[in-house]
Order: sequence, then C-alpha cells, then structure tokens
Amino acid sequence: MMIKYRQVVSVLILLGIFAVSCRPQPPNADLPPIDSPQAHIEIKGSDTMVNLALAWTEAYQDVDPSVTISITGGGSGTGIASLLNNTTDMANASRRIRQEEINQALSLGIDPHEIVIASDAVAVIVNPSNPVDSLTLQQISDIFQGKHENWQELGGEDRPIVRVSRESNSGTHMYFLEMVLRLGDPQNRSLFHPNTLLLPSSEGIIAEVRDNPNAIGYDGLGYVTPEVKVLGIQPSPGTPAIFPSSETVFDGTYPIARDLYAYTNGEPEGAVKALIEWILSEPGQHIVRELGFVTVLQ
Amino acid sequence: MDNLLIPGSRHQTAKTRFTQAAEIVISAIIKAMGYSAIVFVIMIFVYLMTEGFAAVGEVPLSVFLSERWYPVEGFYGILPLIGGSLLVTVGATLFSVPIGLATAIYIAEIAPRWMREILKPVIEILAGLPSVVLGFIGIIALAPQLRKLLDMPTGLTALAGSILLGLIAIPTIVSVSEDALDGVPKSYRDAALAIGATKWQAIWRVSLPAARSGVLTAIMLGIGRSIGETMTVMMVTGNAPVMVRGLQSLFMPTRTMTATIAAEMGEVAQGSTHYHVLFMIGLILFLISLIVNITASAMVFRVKKRAERILS
Repeated sequence: MMIKYRQVVSVLILLGIFAVSCRPQPPNADLPPIDSPQAHIEIKGSDTMVNLALAWTEAYQDVDPSVTISITGGGSGTGIASLLNNTTDMANASRRIRQEEINQALSLGIDPHEIVIASDAVAVIVNPSNPVDSLTLQQISDIFQGKHENWQELGGEDRPIVRVSRESNSGTHMYFLEMVLRLGDPQNRSLFHPNTLLLPSSEGIIAEVRDNPNAIGYDGLGYVTPEVKVLGIQPSPGTPAIFPSSETVFDGTYPIARDLYAYTNGEPEGAVKALIEWILSEPGQHIVRELGFVTVLQ
Repeated sequence: MDNLLIPGSRHQTAKTRFTQAAEIVISAIIKAMGYSAIVFVIMIFVYLMTEGFAAVGEVPLSVFLSERWYPVEGFYGILPLIGGSLLVTVGATLFSVPIGLATAIYIAEIAPRWMREILKPVIEILAGLPSVVLGFIGIIALAPQLRKLLDMPTGLTALAGSILLGLIAIPTIVSVSEDALDGVPKSYRDAALAIGATKWQAIWRVSLPAARSGVLTAIMLGIGRSIGETMTVMMVTGNAPVMVRGLQSLFMPTRTMTATIAAEMGEVAQGSTHYHVLFMIGLILFLISLIVNITASAMVFRVKKRAERILS
C-alpha cells in the first residue's frame, strides 16, 4: 500500500510540474487582442535572406500589428519547393526560379510571381590569419575547381586549401557556380572539386572559416561577421582590389552581386501585397541598407 | 476485483459473457496491431521500390556507377555516397565495439553492485542524447581539436563522424551485451573458478562465449544504429562526395547516403529524376540495414544450434 501511495504522489507531482510548465505565457502587451482581425503570412526560403526577413517582420509589427508573420530558412530551393507544394505564402530566393521549377509549378496549378526586393554582394571569405588579401575571379574559379591545392601558389603560407561551400539547394551556391566558377559563361561546364565541403548552413560556413586557417568560403555579405576576413576582388591581375559594399555593388564595380527575389503564387493580394509594398518603400529598404544588403531604390 | 472470484454471484454469468466478448475483441485488436507492423513495413518497401525504380529508367547504369555526385547538373554517381556511409559505419564500429564490450564486461562481471547501479542508468542517459546536440558538440569542440591534433586540412572528416556515431552506438552495445552476459548462469563461472581458472579466464573463455549470441546481436544493432544516423553525420563530416579509397579516407571529408537524402530532399521537385534517385538511395539504405539484420539473426541462429549440440 505504501508503495502505491508513493507512486500516486509522485505522479501527481509530475502532473503538477507539467501543468505549471504548460500554463500559457502572460499576454504580451505588444500583441493585439485575440478578437481583432488577424492575417498570418508564412515566409520560407533563402538562408541568406533570413536575417533580412526577420528585421522586416520586427519593424512591420509597428506598421500593422494585426499581421503575424512566421519565417523559415532552409535555402532558396526549399522555399520554391514549398511554394510549389502550397505550404508557404511567399518564397524568398537568392537566385532566379529555374525553368524546370516554373514548368513544375504550372503543372501543379501554381503561378510563380517574381518581385526583386533587394540586392546582395557575395563575399569571398578566408580566415583572418590568412595573409592573402585579394584574388582575381579567375584565381577564385581555379581554387574551387581544384586547380590550386596550396595557398603558396596564391602568395599565401604553405597550407593546404580547404574549399567551403553551401549545399546545392542554396541559391548562393548556384549563383557562385554560374558567375564565379564558370565566370558567367553558359558554355562552361566546370564543377566544384568533389572534395569541396558542402555545409548545410551559412553559420556552418562562417564557423569553419573562422576556426580553420586553411579554409576559403563564400557567403552573402549580410551574413559575414567580423571574425572572418573578406577578400577583395581584382578585375584583372595587378589592378587594385575592390571590396564588397553597398556603394561598389550599386555602381557595378564589385563583380559578384545578385538580386534577391520574393515569389508568390500569382499577383500578391491582401496582407502579402501590403507587406511587399512596405518592403519596397523607403522604411523597408532602409532596413536593407542597415543589414549590409543593397537597396533596389535608386 | 475480488467479487469476481466469489462463487454463486448473481452477476457471474452476465459478467463471464461480457468478459468473453471483451476477450475476443481485445485479442482481435492486438492481432490487428501485430499484423499492421508487417503491413507497414511492406507498404514502405513497396513505396520505396516504386519511387526508386523509376530512377532506373531515367538514369543509365553507367551514370549510377560513376564517381561524381552533383545532382543539379545530372551527375548521379552513388558510389561515393555508399562508400561514405560504409566508411563512417566501419569507423564507428572500430571505435564503439571495443569500448562498448569492455564497458559491458566491466558492468556485468567486475563492477561491485553499487557501481553497477550508477553506471547502467548513466549509459542509458547517453543513449537519450539527441543526435543534433552531439553534432553541435562535434562542430564546436571535436572537429577543431581533431584538426589541430592530427594536423589535417580540416576537422570536418569521416573520423569526426565515426567518433560521434560511436558514441551513439555505445549505449546500445553496452546495454544489450550486458543483458546477455547477465543471463549467463552463475554456475558456469563458479565451475570455471572451481577448476582453477583466473577471473579473466572465466570471463574470456566461459562467460563471453556463453553470451556470444547476445553480444553479436548487440554489435549488429550498434552497426544498424550507425548506418542510419543522419543529423550528426550531416553536421560533422563535411558532406563532400569524395570517392572512398581505403581507410586513409577516414581523415578526409565524406558524404553519407543519409546526409544526402536529408540535405537534398527538401529542394527537389516531386517526381523529378533527382527525387527518384534519392528514393533509390533510400532503397539501398533499406537493403543494407536489412542485410545487417538478417546477418545478425542468422548468426544468432547458428550459434544457438551449436550451443545446443554441445549441450546434448
């Protein structure tokens, strides 16, 4: 009997703890009351744009508190796939939608509508202890194709080169392949060297480049932290290097910059339309500049 | 409860009838549950087959057996992925079997009772660690240390994956083989000690062979656990689809089948070639773990037959 009694008490205590932990959070003063009309927007896609989307969402709470927005990363390809599967209202992508994806969408009754919402420079990054400061696009292309195996060949220390890239579901990966590795030449069929590390997130790339003096990687400028070193790009050997910034992207001197897109199913309507109009207005584009991206406003 | 047993109770017949009906319904439900497990396995297998075999018609065999995996451009060579999975699993087995077995022997044969009471639950807690947590520890702590220690170009290698997978497999190996060792009758050991065997001889020559089938099952379960693990390997092995050439590949990045499916399934359009190839990889993974399981049960069966022969 004693044991039974004890078991009952301990179960009750556990239930109590559970009940307390399940108690709803005290209502937040910022949130609108439950009965006000609400709209919910689901945004999914590019990891490059996650921070940007978060900053927009935070600021948008002051503009229209009745709209709730949830944001998921996962990569441009993931975002477009969810738009096709109708599990998101808006897909962010750091690359243009592919023709095969458009065909797939049309067969599923989805009509992808494209809006350019910002631009971004792709920064080539190395460990801060690496003495190399700048490279030409040709050199970067050769490195990622595996034509260089040691930093000595590029004026660095006697260290092996470790190539770090995003997974192929990343829009940044595809952009880098087309514009840097293949130098923008559609006939060029070069590929990343097979031993290129394919890391599933931007954070993974920053972490590896920060810790490993052998590493070279690339990432959207908005993601680059001060713990890694951004390389300058030389237009041709011997010319002064150009570093990525809003100005150099805007005036077109920094060669590796791309547009960032939002895709919706058909013309955006209702709450999504209001959100996109706000993003394209001065307050929305101000956040773009603040986070190190490049505005689409003239 | 008690009044059921009182003979001559007024409600007895009605109750008995009700109990019998309940009995039939409940055993039917349990039977359906039991069959449903088989039905689910068959359904999953059929689904994998239909989705996976579509890839056979779309991709020529020579492409499958090539050494390049870059699906965005139509390179579907799965050899590096199979090699990567096997490499990481072999590494994990080399790491986990000696440690796991030694721990099990210590717990079952040597440790005093109070030590046992502490060690067993602690090891079972290790089994409950989410694999993403282990992967995170791997990225932050293990990989940079490995790189410095072994002077490798990068720490994100098959070795880092093997060590972490070993940690995941150890609890399985320890608890299953400890149970097996525990099941060896005490009289076996007593007899060995009585004829003058040392404690070590009793363990090595008597307890371990007697518990062999359980220990083999433990190792096989550990291997099965390693080959199917996804999150940890995706985080620490670097995911570079490099062709595996011998054990020196342990010190290089690698890409496993599980990590490939996890990383790429989210981006593929349903029904595309890439989608079918990923199912093909899933099918191969399924077959490999099936082979591991069948080998395990075949070994257990053989060992039992031999033991029976000796006893008779």
